[in-house]
Amino acid sequence: MYVPTELIQAAGALPVSLFGAGGSVEISHADSRIQSFVCSISRSTLELGLRGHLQVLDGMVFPSICDVARNLSGVWTRNFPDRLVEFLHLPQNRDSPSAIAYAVAEYRRFLAALEKLTGRTVRPEDLAGAIEEHNEEREAAAALLDLRRTTPWLLDAWESGLLIRAGSVMERGAHARMLRRAVAAAKERDRKPKDRVRVLVLGAFCEQPPLELVRTIEEAGCYVLEDDLLLGLRWFREPVVADGDPLRALAEAYVTASPPSSVSHYRGTPKQDMLVQRVKELGAAGVVFCTAKFCEPALYDQVLYKERLEAAGVPYVHVEFEEKMTTFDNVRTQVETFVESILFE
Amino acid sequence: MMAATQPVAPSAEDAGKALQKQLLAEYYHSLSDEGRNGRKVAYLFVPGNVVELTQCFDMLPVYPEINALQCGIKKVAGDNILRAENLGYSSDVCGYVKNDIGLMLADRQSPFGQLPKPDLLVCNFSGCNTFVKWFEALAHFYGAELFVLDVPYLRERSPSKADVDYVTAQLEELAAVCERITGVPFDRQRLRGVLGQSVEAERRWVEVLHTAKAHPSPFDAYFEAVFYMAPLNILRGTEGCAEYYRLLLEDLRSRVHEGRGPIPEEKFRVVIEGPPPWPHFRSFWELFKRWGVCSVASTYSKVGGLFDQGIFHDPSRPFESIAEYAMNSYTNWNLGLRLDLLRRYLKEYEADALVIHSVKSCRSFSVGQADFRDALTRGEGIPTLMVESDLADPRYYSEAQLKNRIDAFFESLAHRRLVGG
Repeated sequence: MYVPTELIQAAGALPVSLFGAGGSVEISHADSRIQSFVCSISRSTLELGLRGHLQVLDGMVFPSICDVARNLSGVWTRNFPDRLVEFLHLPQNRDSPSAIAYAVAEYRRFLAALEKLTGRTVRPEDLAGAIEEHNEEREAAAALLDLRRTTPWLLDAWESGLLIRAGSVMERGAHARMLRRAVAAAKERDRKPKDRVRVLVLGAFCEQPPLELVRTIEEAGCYVLEDDLLLGLRWFREPVVADGDPLRALAEAYVTASPPSSVSHYRGTPKQDMLVQRVKELGAAGVVFCTAKFCEPALYDQVLYKERLEAAGVPYVHVEFEEKMTTFDNVRTQVETFVESILFE
Repeated sequence: MMAATQPVAPSAEDAGKALQKQLLAEYYHSLSDEGRNGRKVAYLFVPGNVVELTQCFDMLPVYPEINALQCGIKKVAGDNILRAENLGYSSDVCGYVKNDIGLMLADRQSPFGQLPKPDLLVCNFSGCNTFVKWFEALAHFYGAELFVLDVPYLRERSPSKADVDYVTAQLEELAAVCERITGVPFDRQRLRGVLGQSVEAERRWVEVLHTAKAHPSPFDAYFEAVFYMAPLNILRGTEGCAEYYRLLLEDLRSRVHEGRGPIPEEKFRVVIEGPPPWPHFRSFWELFKRWGVCSVASTYSKVGGLFDQGIFHDPSRPFESIAEYAMNSYTNWNLGLRLDLLRRYLKEYEADALVIHSVKSCRSFSVGQADFRDALTRGEGIPTLMVESDLADPRYYSEAQLKNRIDAFFESLAHRRLVGG
């Protein structure tokens, strides 16, 4: 999820985003440290750590996601005492006039820890430069997502997911260039629109579904106009204006310009109402909830989403996934039935 | 407000139950249509709550967590949970939340009368993100106003000035919201007075907890403490509450003097971590009693405040001390601090072992407990038993399995003692 990676970059470190092990490791070591009733991403990330696969990283940052992620920061602190471990408490009461000052203090605390780690003193221009590069990357990602929204047949959701995810291990500038090339290439594709229903996919903002699952949803007859996959990597929709104090600008952006998400409280229009509004704006025919097993933030929110969608007469379907999921036949049948019900309505 | 006027009966078990019943009856009556007298209702969470503040606006506090545990004890939580699941809540989310949603769907008819709707939801989300989701849902269903009081997690040893400033500023904002809703002007002096009552109860409660250092302990600091702590969690800031702890302390001191404990013979002293399985409270307790196990300290009895760690309200610094109190909720402490607290309890209360009851519902409590076990058993040689069930959902309680684990653990402790290991 969202971490102000600009601070990491400005301190001279490479931000790397982890998304668990995607079913590639058997959970054995992590079982002794964390119970089985939590999501795959927490368990497999810890497993990777305990097996020594994350030795390449100098530190781990846990942002405000959920109770599990927060407590995992404590497990990490004890098990990896030679690494930097930070939990970021991002402001949840974003309506409070004091939220920005608090976020500034939290970012400064984090930056100080990063400076200690890298031995570099971050000047305002370093941070402004990092923000600029992140803006460029977010702009390229927005163009990619726009393409899907308007001409979904040119770029599949699983492809765009992969392209965005590449940024989790790349320099921002290089990733921005890659995304721009991808958009240009997709526009050149000789693809015609198919008879598919247009949907939004919601619920996989943190733990990522197997790529095959997203592909299955599309192949079952859906164009995914929008999704919240990897939301944290493309958090802001507008550029962060780094005038004046860049750290303050970044903190202020979090408070005032964060998108609605299941991991932060949003007091404006309720998320469920915004979803109905978004469905209408985009002319989507329905919503596919795609949630990770045990993911509490997604599971709570979707009850409210479903209520509002039902009231507005918008069809939806719910699929649950786990990292180690390998067969998708049930999902295919489920989504095909959903698509048919829309097509033959 | 009520006070415990009768002396506590010799059996702490019965007395605790009777007192709890008496206190709750009065409290729940105040929530009824006849008892409310036009007062507005604020829903609050127990950890880090701001009841002293809402009290200044004559608001009645409703604690959905306490309703949930009561429903658990009265064995109606299972039905409530099923109702919420029928609405679409997953089997994998918190049973307390589902109990509350289920109650709402049943027109808020609880075993203790019909609960009032909220006029204000104050999400003092100290140490639990699920709290936010819970009150977002209630705001959705009731159309009630929601105030999210953001309480930063204790990332370091103590809250920073920025953390305290942030929470304090929000408390000022919350006071303005309460003023608007109730029409009662905020009176800082009144808040100081209420906080004064709270501190008195808090200090006596700490003394109550300390009596468990005696051998044998005069009470079970888990199975009985959860009843003893009820007034502090429900009626804090009132005269009756402070009086209750004066009487309780008196009673416990006399028990210490007489060498009387909650079980015939105290064979094992344990520290217990985690909430109890409310729907099976009694049978769970029995599994320990039969081994002569007495809990001498527990973390669950601290969810309403870590007063024994020197975290008290302070009438001279009203908002700052409420802020510090909120940030110092047990589950708002980072795991390192929590583990250190367990170590201190084990040592100061001369416990033989740590028992962890891990509940699926509450990840904020549970995630990290397996790591505590690893640290204490492997790292420090402290016998640690970890068992799993749930605090609200009766479906997760497997008596036979729990019994096996508990028997094996205490059998081995007994054996170890016998051979002098």
